[in-house]
Amino acid sequence: MDTQQFHEMEAKCTRENLPRCAAACPIHVDARGIMAAVRKGDFSKGYALFARTAPFPGIISRVCDHPCQEACKRVEAGGGLAINALERACRDFNAKPLIKNNLIPNKDKKVAVVGAGISGLTVALNLSYKGYKLTVFDASREFGGRLLKIPEATLPRQIIADDFEILTKLGVQAKFGVTVGNTDGADVLFNDLLAEFDAVYLGLGQIKAADFALGLELDSDGCIRIDPVTLGTSNPKVFAGGSYRQDSSELSLINAVSDGKSAAVSIDRVLQGAGATLHTNRTNEGPQPTRLFTSMEGIEPLPVVSMVDPGEGYTREEATEEAERCLDCQCAECMKLCEYMQHYKAPPRTLAMWIFKNMSGVGGHKFNQLMNSCSMCRLCESVCQDDFSMADISREARETLVSIGKMPPSAFDFALQDLKYSNSDAFAMAKHEPGFSKSEIMFYPGCQLSGSAPGQVISVYSFLRKKIKDGVGLMLGCCGAQADWAGEKETFAETIQSIKAEWERMGKPKVILGCPTCVMIFKNNMPDISAEFLCSFIDRIGLPEIPPAESYTLALHDSCTTRYEREIQDSVRNILRQLGHNIEEFKTSRELTECCGFGGLMQISNKDLAHRVVDRRINESDKDYVTYCAMCRDNFTNRGKKTYHLLDLIFTDETGKIAARPPVGYSQRHENRARLKTTLLREIWGEAVQDRQAPVKLVISDKLSSLMEDSLIMVSDLQQVVDYAERTGNKLQNTVNGHFLASYKPAFVTYWVEYSAGEDGFVVHDAYSHRIVINATDHGITPEQPGQCPVFSSLT
Amino acid sequence: MPRVDQEEMLGNGKDIICAKCDIPLKVGHVTLGYVGTTFPVDLFKCLECGLVYIPSGLARGSMVEVERALEDK
Repeated sequence: MDTQQFHEMEAKCTRENLPRCAAACPIHVDARGIMAAVRKGDFSKGYALFARTAPFPGIISRVCDHPCQEACKRVEAGGGLAINALERACRDFNAKPLIKNNLIPNKDKKVAVVGAGISGLTVALNLSYKGYKLTVFDASREFGGRLLKIPEATLPRQIIADDFEILTKLGVQAKFGVTVGNTDGADVLFNDLLAEFDAVYLGLGQIKAADFALGLELDSDGCIRIDPVTLGTSNPKVFAGGSYRQDSSELSLINAVSDGKSAAVSIDRVLQGAGATLHTNRTNEGPQPTRLFTSMEGIEPLPVVSMVDPGEGYTREEATEEAERCLDCQCAECMKLCEYMQHYKAPPRTLAMWIFKNMSGVGGHKFNQLMNSCSMCRLCESVCQDDFSMADISREARETLVSIGKMPPSAFDFALQDLKYSNSDAFAMAKHEPGFSKSEIMFYPGCQLSGSAPGQVISVYSFLRKKIKDGVGLMLGCCGAQADWAGEKETFAETIQSIKAEWERMGKPKVILGCPTCVMIFKNNMPDISAEFLCSFIDRIGLPEIPPAESYTLALHDSCTTRYEREIQDSVRNILRQLGHNIEEFKTSRELTECCGFGGLMQISNKDLAHRVVDRRINESDKDYVTYCAMCRDNFTNRGKKTYHLLDLIFTDETGKIAARPPVGYSQRHENRARLKTTLLREIWGEAVQDRQAPVKLVISDKLSSLMEDSLIMVSDLQQVVDYAERTGNKLQNTVNGHFLASYKPAFVTYWVEYSAGEDGFVVHDAYSHRIVINATDHGITPEQPGQCPVFSSLT
Repeated sequence: MPRVDQEEMLGNGKDIICAKCDIPLKVGHVTLGYVGTTFPVDLFKCLECGLVYIPSGLARGSMVEVERALEDK
């Protein structure tokens, strides 16, 4: 993932787009922020926010043409917010001084403003703040231009005077009663202005400029040609804007203010010697489109709050009530649903940026766990109007880290070992049905269903063989999802290749997949293989004969890996109805379903977060759950929620009795897979399979088992330790309690067991592990940075 | 970054003997290493056969933190 790719991905999140009000406002007044302040009754804060953007807040709060109000999302539910009236309320009830004492720098450059209307005065104000020496020329006797024609009742003269006081304070010079031009009648020659001043702004109002003979390039209408972005003219020292470039039928005060602000930016750049960059970074000026999504779910229509006395404007109470109607537009659709985002307390783009930083290694890799904790469930993508996907960003980053050898070994090693095991001889195989040399279909139960419910795999296989007459092959193995999630591109590609090779060897049969994750992997990576989800297939060919003896109301949890697979979801519901069960739907079901915590290997890389994800889901209904993914079933069951796999409901015992299976841990899953293969080979293919050498027998308490599960330590790991210690005599002994202590490092992890000999085998008292290597130099660790560990080295 | 105290490093090592050599463990130099970094430490070990003792508290405590810190460097 390069920077550009990353930016394309993160830009899909429009959360930081402006709300509609601010986007429609040419100067982007933070109306949303002002509304929030008014809601709290804090008019002074509202005023401060307003004045931060609006140069003459008193005037603008009275006579703005408020494009914000038509753009307001509330238009859809009762009418746009009365934003301008609320701005006036902020001005009316503001309790802080109107003018702040700003530190003004001192610059020796001089700027002339021709025309004392609102655009020219905005230029004068903004450039004065920057320290330039401003002189305003106008034919009239006071500041204000067109504003002076507005009736006193609408725009009191005191408000104008208050707003313009700052100009005097900043030392803006006024030359009133003078006309400017290059004609005989002009009081001041425009060419003299050009000679005397470093820049000139023309805010000429609604007049034709041709009469002034300014010597500037004109357009076909005889108006000064003005660059719409920079407001520059044919003379690099001269800028122009305001109502001069507005249609007389659509005069806009706020657009004139916006012109003044833009012209000030341009003049400042020119005077700082940055004239070459006049067009750079100007896209945020003026009204602009916004793609910010605002949910209208549950929003009741409310009319605009009316004023007791419209002439006086809103009272405080009325203003607060009106501000209450503000929808506070911000998109948090994914954050509302995603436990991962809530856990890291950051909006999606921030998370994306942290992940990108982590991937790039800028400032180290301190966001490793964050990068490896997304469940890649695509709920964010599903709920987002623009398909922002944390999954895509996470995968790209993980793949990059793996490719540069910087993926932390502890992150996904356990899952990759599990994948390796499932595709080893211990479990993997592909065979035609006994008596057939080809397969019409091939059942691929997947590693998790086989590990969780080997009995159901056998039932399904028997059922399929009864229903399908032309041969039902069987293939055991893992689809490689764990490598895909871990960012292990090479391992994943190899896995896909070997599945394809086996499928070809089996004569390219249609594949019936037992696991929704396999469905996702097959669909996305092996499109040439015709595949169907087991439950959909059963729905089509008909259920087994035995009707269930009981009927339940069950909350149906959809699998996140098939969130977009409507047909699968429908067939599952159809089966449940046929079986006579009532379905309770979650609010977040189908394409909005939640992950069970296994997705993206969250469970391996961030156990605590995965537990939170599961716990949230299992508390969403007090009904028993049903799901069609073995991992979801196991994760819910392991956290104490009674959950059926759909197959448990289909394949009952002979009497139709349904049994909820107990929790299944990692060790049990391995054991189940190996036993499934042996059982199938013996019972279906009649092969004489030799028993594996009986492993060392261990006695492990439930408490320790649970601790081992959390620490990703399997019984087979401990068996290897004890076997090694007993075989070689390489063990320690505690002289206080007589327990032996031994360690063994089969691959990357060193496992320790504290044990003693008991009647039924070795009693395990404790088990722990570490990745740090003992006698590192003997184990091929090159001391790149000897003694650099600040923790351990402190002791030597 | 936490500091590992002597107690966590050595644990109950004074009670431990090497079952193979039948002698008590003594504190000696050991080189630990992880993801390209090695660091010398003092741990209980059998001075005869070299078997090293990692107490459970160390494995579950500072070792985890050090592993994480080195991975996230």
